[in-house]
Amino acid sequence: MFRYIVRRLLQMVLTFFGATFVVFALVFANQDDPLQALAGERPITESQRLALTERYHLDEGFFTQYGYYMKGLLTGDFGESLTQRKIADLLADAWPTTARLALLALVIAAVIAISAGVFSALRRGGVFDNVTLVATLIILAMPIVVIAPLAQLVFGIQLGWFPPTSGADPSLWALFLPALVLASSVLATQLRVTRTSVAENLRSDYVRTARAKGLSYRRVVSVHVLRNSLIPVITLIGVDLGQLMAGAIVTEGVFNIPGVGFNLVRAIRTEDGPLVVGFVSVLVIVFLVVNLLVDLLYAALDPRIRYE
Amino acid sequence: MSDMNSVTAAEAPEKLSAQPRRGKSDKNRSLAGDAWNDLRKSKIFWFAVVLVAAVLLMAAWPSLFTSADPNECALNRKHAGPSGGAIFGYDFQGCDVYARTIYGARNSIIVGIASTALAGIIGIIFGLSSGYFGGAVDAVLSRIIDIMLSIPFLLAGIVLSRRLSSDPNDNGLLAVILTLGLLTWTSSARVMRSAVIASKSQDYVAAGRMLGAGPGRLMFRHILPNSIASFIVVLTILLGVNIGVEATLSFLGVGLKGDAISWGIAISEGTGFARVASGPLVWPAVFLGLTVLAFIMLGDAIRDAFDPKLR
Amino acid sequence: MDVLPGVDPRAPLLEVNDLHVEFRTRDGVAKAVNGANFWLSPGETLAILGESGCGKSVTAQAIMGILDSPPGFITKGEVRYRGLDLLTLSEAQRRKVRANKIAMIFQDALSALNPVYSVGFQLGELFRMHRGMSRADAKKRSVELLDLVKIPAARSRINDYPHQFSGGMRQRVMIAMALALDPEVLIADEPTTALDVTVQAQIMGLLADLQRERNMGLILITHDMGVVADVADRISVMYAGKVVEEAPVYDIYAKPAHPYTRALLESIPRLDMKGQQLNVIRGLPPALTDVPKGCAFNPRCRFAKDPCRSDPPPPAYAVAPHRTARCHFFREVLGE
Repeated sequence: MFRYIVRRLLQMVLTFFGATFVVFALVFANQDDPLQALAGERPITESQRLALTERYHLDEGFFTQYGYYMKGLLTGDFGESLTQRKIADLLADAWPTTARLALLALVIAAVIAISAGVFSALRRGGVFDNVTLVATLIILAMPIVVIAPLAQLVFGIQLGWFPPTSGADPSLWALFLPALVLASSVLATQLRVTRTSVAENLRSDYVRTARAKGLSYRRVVSVHVLRNSLIPVITLIGVDLGQLMAGAIVTEGVFNIPGVGFNLVRAIRTEDGPLVVGFVSVLVIVFLVVNLLVDLLYAALDPRIRYE
Repeated sequence: MSDMNSVTAAEAPEKLSAQPRRGKSDKNRSLAGDAWNDLRKSKIFWFAVVLVAAVLLMAAWPSLFTSADPNECALNRKHAGPSGGAIFGYDFQGCDVYARTIYGARNSIIVGIASTALAGIIGIIFGLSSGYFGGAVDAVLSRIIDIMLSIPFLLAGIVLSRRLSSDPNDNGLLAVILTLGLLTWTSSARVMRSAVIASKSQDYVAAGRMLGAGPGRLMFRHILPNSIASFIVVLTILLGVNIGVEATLSFLGVGLKGDAISWGIAISEGTGFARVASGPLVWPAVFLGLTVLAFIMLGDAIRDAFDPKLR
Repeated sequence: MDVLPGVDPRAPLLEVNDLHVEFRTRDGVAKAVNGANFWLSPGETLAILGESGCGKSVTAQAIMGILDSPPGFITKGEVRYRGLDLLTLSEAQRRKVRANKIAMIFQDALSALNPVYSVGFQLGELFRMHRGMSRADAKKRSVELLDLVKIPAARSRINDYPHQFSGGMRQRVMIAMALALDPEVLIADEPTTALDVTVQAQIMGLLADLQRERNMGLILITHDMGVVADVADRISVMYAGKVVEEAPVYDIYAKPAHPYTRALLESIPRLDMKGQQLNVIRGLPPALTDVPKGCAFNPRCRFAKDPCRSDPPPPAYAVAPHRTARCHFFREVLGE
């Protein structure tokens, strides 16, 4: 277990530097006028220019700049937006909403995916299974830019079942439809992995042993098969988070949810470069950390890894 | 279980005949033949083919579908309902939604095909060299892929696309193509790499090497043709995904810009007026959804046909 | 545990009569077991012998009621435990027989044990589910069981996972699990095939000891005639889903009555025949989707004559008291 953690930590440090370097290089490398690039089409004032030059150490070499950028990231200093607000403050305001949205989405996705996936696997080749296969293919294919506005239109505006937009500090109920939309971005993969994994485990030798022990079918499935089958599903959560982030950017934009994605969209629309870079960097870090946590969770669930 | 084996052995001949490649061209043909027989019977495949053909036709000759000019807009018919040729009504600038939706296919297809081709080329080069040379080359390239995959795709897309189209007069087409191409080659590289590693140990490659074929000839004459099926599947699905991501980037304002006609932009504008008029939002969304679905279904159907084990 | 209705303590411990099992697959129906017959008494060891694919394991699973169904179906026959036909029982009643009355151990303990639960959990589960014990009591009993199967430092290993045990120790865990609820019948399906030769002997020794102590009936399924000779009392030889010969162990080694048994014996390498060519059986067992007419062994048999090639297949001829063989020409086979 210890060696496993150390190895994963080392790997994460490597990808962490690699990933932040890529993001940084994408923004700053080989720019004629990095300041104008940051600000986009917006004209920038001389005082902004000075502040930005100092902030990003633009008068120094590329790698020094990267060093300062990393130092900022690691000390929690993400800089200021063009509107002179601290990015850390903006984040502090926005992230609880996004976290609630993402967690709600994950719970919805997991509940639907696992129950439907198990049911599909138990009745493989049946009507439910075939319908599910086609449905997951469709959900898998639909970009969230299609699902989010259409869901808002149909269920929010026309049918009026849910609030079409959620204002500042939304309630869980206001977040339900957006979370459902967001869940669709990860649900199909989770469901398919659950189905395959349960189907495989049902055929395994230890299931036969469990039945030979005189255990009820329910216990065999819910205790023996499920725990084994969920291991690959859990590892998906790390990948899912990337999907959720992408999904949240669009979903929060459509439903006016004042979370991280919403702020990012606004930053893009208002051409606020520093804000975009700051938010993206933080999201990348969150992504890496969650992936590390998922790997540790994986180790906790699968003793074969734990005692490697 | 010994006894179970004999039962499954009865199924074996069918599986064996569908097993991918053993090098000889006649076996290749029978594999392709089997796959085609399966495909022909697949409803999903034909559904996808019809949709893809329709979208390609729209992209190539939009005037076949509409005689209206998508850029001819008049504010006095803003949000007007369907009339005459404008069967989907008019949007907030008084443009014909039907015409704009039809013309929107072109940019989606251009971005999809060009970015997928770019991703495919990078993937082939990286995957082949990674698998063929192994060792340090493989280690470095694999690390690069790890790092690329550790950045959430849309975030990198936002940053890169902004970076590539800093010129405000640009419509963003080239930037989006480059962005998608540069960020999505990892899956095709992985497929190539494992295909090369799998086929490297096989007899016909060893024979080719003994006969003095160089790495280039081996890769392009022997290994590539044998891994082409899985490669095509990955790229077909990627094409669909990339069309979706283009729309997402355009929706967010970092993809196609300005006066470019794009489903993503149309959805973004339509969302703002959804309470007033739903047509300008619904139709581009439906067309986009069906297009992406068509390519992904096509890829899925081809994969099922070539790899019966997954069924 | 409540008593099963219809159980007669004076009836034979286990009887299998005319058992038929088939697998219905996309490619046709595979007849895995075609009328298996045998019986078992307390304290007795019956070896079921045969090549892979002859229906031994399927028979065992049918007795336990753990066939994968579909594709496996029991189409005919009886499995009587103390006179009670298990095949007529409901699934709930059937569950009470498993592990309580008839238990089973499997070939590959690594895959037969659940990788994500500790052996303590997997053992204790039996006491908790069947005896309603608390977790603590179940754990105490589990440690005792590990002691019983001679796993060193049982108390400290109870929370270990299957992959942390060696192959032999894992098989001991399997045995402990099978014996937990004091079954009267133990079915061991190739219990030592996956193990080293020295470990094989230890496991077989342990099984024999435990069987004697508890007066259990043991069905030992194996393809290895060497293993059988030391432990078994009687042998049933299976071929293409049928018991082709049944006899006390001494008789069968001395004088096989079925050509297939004879061929099996001749294919064992022997030290006193060093330098001579080993007799291997020609051909392969028949595909179960297409069993030959008449005697299923006829295409591979050197005694085969016309009657062997046409239906009906040979009946079970009484060769001697307690001894049967399904061969029209058993006298020739015996006498040669």
